Amino acid sequence: MELQINGKTHQVEAPDDMPLLWVLRDLLDIKGPKFGCGVGACGACTVLVDGIPTRTCITAAADVEGEITTIEGLPEGERLHKVQEAWIKHEVPQCGYCQSGQILAAVALLEETPQPTDEDIDAAMTNLCRCGTYPRLRAAIHEAAGVEG
Amino acid sequence: MGKIAKYTRRGFLGLGVAAAGGLAVGYYYYKKPYPNPLPETLEAGEFTFTPYVIIGGDNAITIITPRAEMGQGIHTTLAALVAEELDVDMDQITAAHGPAAAAYYNSAMLREGAPFPFFEEGFVAETMRGALGVAGKFLALQVTGGSSASIDAFDKMREAGATARAVLLEAAAARWGVAADGLSTARAEVVSPNGERLSYGALAAEAAKLTLPSPPALKGPSDWRILGKSQPRVELLEKVTGASIYGIDVQLPDMLYATVAMSPRFGAKAKSADEVAAMAVPGVLNVVEIVTSTGVGFGIIASNTWAAFEGARVLAPEWEAASYPADNAGLKALWHEALDREASFTLGGEGEPEAALQGADVIEASYSLPFLAHTTMEPMNATAQFKDGKLTLWLGTQAPGIAAMASAGLLGIEADDVEVITTHLGGGFGRRVEVDVPLYAAAIAAQTGGKPVKVTWTREEDIQHDTYRPMAEANVKATLKDGLPEALDYRVAAPSINKSLFARTFPDMSSAGPDRSILDGSFDQPFSWPHSRFAAHQVDTDIPVGFWRSVGNSINGFVHESFLDELAVAGGKDPLEMRLAMMKDARHAPARKALKAVAEMAGWGQVLPEGVGQGIAHTLSFGTWVAEVVQVDMRGGTVKMDKIWAVADPGMVLDPANFEAQITSGIIYGLSAAVGQEVSFADGRVAQENFYDFDALRMAGVPPIEVALLENSPRMGGAGEPGTPPIAAALGNAIFAASKQRLRALPFGNDVDFELG
Ligand code: FES
Ligand code: FES
Repeated sequence: MELQINGKTHQVEAPDDMPLLWVLRDLLDIKGPKFGCGVGACGACTVLVDGIPTRTCITAAADVEGEITTIEGLPEGERLHKVQEAWIKHEVPQCGYCQSGQILAAVALLEETPQPTDEDIDAAMTNLCRCGTYPRLRAAIHEAAGVEG
Repeated sequence: MGKIAKYTRRGFLGLGVAAAGGLAVGYYYYKKPYPNPLPETLEAGEFTFTPYVIIGGDNAITIITPRAEMGQGIHTTLAALVAEELDVDMDQITAAHGPAAAAYYNSAMLREGAPFPFFEEGFVAETMRGALGVAGKFLALQVTGGSSASIDAFDKMREAGATARAVLLEAAAARWGVAADGLSTARAEVVSPNGERLSYGALAAEAAKLTLPSPPALKGPSDWRILGKSQPRVELLEKVTGASIYGIDVQLPDMLYATVAMSPRFGAKAKSADEVAAMAVPGVLNVVEIVTSTGVGFGIIASNTWAAFEGARVLAPEWEAASYPADNAGLKALWHEALDREASFTLGGEGEPEAALQGADVIEASYSLPFLAHTTMEPMNATAQFKDGKLTLWLGTQAPGIAAMASAGLLGIEADDVEVITTHLGGGFGRRVEVDVPLYAAAIAAQTGGKPVKVTWTREEDIQHDTYRPMAEANVKATLKDGLPEALDYRVAAPSINKSLFARTFPDMSSAGPDRSILDGSFDQPFSWPHSRFAAHQVDTDIPVGFWRSVGNSINGFVHESFLDELAVAGGKDPLEMRLAMMKDARHAPARKALKAVAEMAGWGQVLPEGVGQGIAHTLSFGTWVAEVVQVDMRGGTVKMDKIWAVADPGMVLDPANFEAQITSGIIYGLSAAVGQEVSFADGRVAQENFYDFDALRMAGVPPIEVALLENSPRMGGAGEPGTPPIAAALGNAIFAASKQRLRALPFGNDVDFELG
């Protein structure tokens, strides 16, 4: 199959039902998307497919059409995305394991709703963080919303 | 940075020997430092000063921060301790975990394991703490846990910085032909009185030839430039770009992938397994048996993780029956039997509780707490390679030395032939001290013909094979006098974590003595009871129990602080005022101050609408005093959490922003458990499977949390765990204040509905 990932075309041999998560991680060595549950319940494996946050552990790679963006493809050249900048400023990550998924979910939220309310954030940010970084995560999203991209 | 990763751990003596004679061995060995493990890791042009400092000729400064980074910011705090005294700025240094080595033992963790309250400073208490600290050194436990990392490092790492600075000054003095005491330092340079400068890098070669002096006097807190102030965390950039390597991300040439299917009935063997079906899955290469002290089962080896998972699914082993009651009702009955038997041991207590409880009006309550899984965000995993009689482990671990020793035992090699490379940890919470993960990886790696193999557990496997926070049943009785608590009979039935941990980790050793974790958070709390008795009723099964964030304090913090609230209600007192009245001893002052501060923040005592209520709780754990208030609104028929306020007093705060983040994290961790988490048993195995039936709070369910820090406590306390113990009681007490409904069983979600967004 052929996948468009972070601006590059990849040819890969994989069974039809193999989830995109494992194609990315084990076959293409793209480790930003993380395994957390395998059943679509935590969001650690989130990538953007044409800008839509997608849980790759329950998405067969063969079914994916469109441009895949992982955390590795988020910065433009050397320049971090404004969401990443806000994450550093507010020191959001603790263990950091959920943060690739959180950042991509936040990027998608801000694309859709540039000035989100707390309710918008609650509705869009459903990814699990076992370290409990939610208060800082919320502050960082508001910060990023106030910054020109 | 040198070849830290390639260093082979050494100097780890057999734990059995040390533990047998550990406490009795003389002072001499205690004083004798372990050797610096860094020289053989250096690259050309690098020099080491103490086990914590490497300076390159190019002035590249590496500080070894030998504790597990699990998100608690410990690498930043530990590096700051050295940087403060070395006189370098945080933007000039690199922090590295360093090798597993005896030089990095953790004595603070064991010290607080002594059976005395933190604030008890009598001769026996101090002697026991000292003796256990010595044991930490003998056992060479390079463990991250017990919220102890900063406390253990506080003197050691500042002294390392000061010592390294002293020889650099001496080298500069020799170069310039002047006396060292006229020289100063700043930003990794030595400066002469007339303004000449030499970088540490330029002096490193000469300084490395000098003998390290005994540690010079350390700076007082008023002279600190770095400590006591929030520092940017050293690992943030990599964590927001997906560049951090967790155990699960390890990638090696020729690497195979695997998963495990271990017996979910702890201690029970397999009856059958469909190996033919598993081998028929495309990509599955082999199915191997695993037999270890932590569990038995199968390893499924494949060409990618997905294929291994699929193989495990169709392998579908059948297991023998469990040795313990098969469901929760049976287990509970066992716990209650233990409660009715004589106590296994008591701790603390005073007066004559039995007499005082005779004939008086007794207030009695029973509390139930479930087993809990850790569910670290990163599922359990390890990568192992066993080649030419040597094992290499790539592991996110809180205890590299113990992982090496256990794996060596399994493979019949020396611990010196095991190298542990510590990766980032996607959460620890006490789960990543366990040896099951490296043991299964080592067992599988013994059957791959020398190829490395990455073993990733499914989330289902992770939840069903945890080392659980113990289930507990408690029965508490008390009497009042003039509305104030007078006599207490406190009984709790729970398994011993020590016994379970030793049995699976060091099967040849027995763990003697009472396990204070069963009563932690009760007898050691800052209250004066005229009469009290705290009794542990130990009930052990083959269900593995382990350290879950704040350990026994998570159990007794709930029972003890909920019961105090009940007593306040019974005595017609305000729960805050009653606690303050019971904190009579001068040594309880930090608790009083924390409670008053949190009450002020929350507006405690204000008139709230009917259906809205506040609950308060305080616990002292890991040397940190924490008071919390929760406000809930139940006017809609569900529990809506409005806000949480917390005040923590660890005596000294090295990094305020980071400390606050840890307290917040501990609160949310405890809140998730209080609201909805429960591991229960059915058919001899854990009934829960994944986040759909063992969930944790999401963004929408977490109310605003306001944290303030105080520094009244006389000794330094921990950060990672103390936020957790009070929260369940504060929430339950708030629910009572709002609804008059008293909840005595966790999780509360079984009895009331929460509004979680
Ligand atoms: S791993 Fe995909 S949602 Fe959890
Ligand atoms: S930062 Fe650890 S799980 Fe979110």
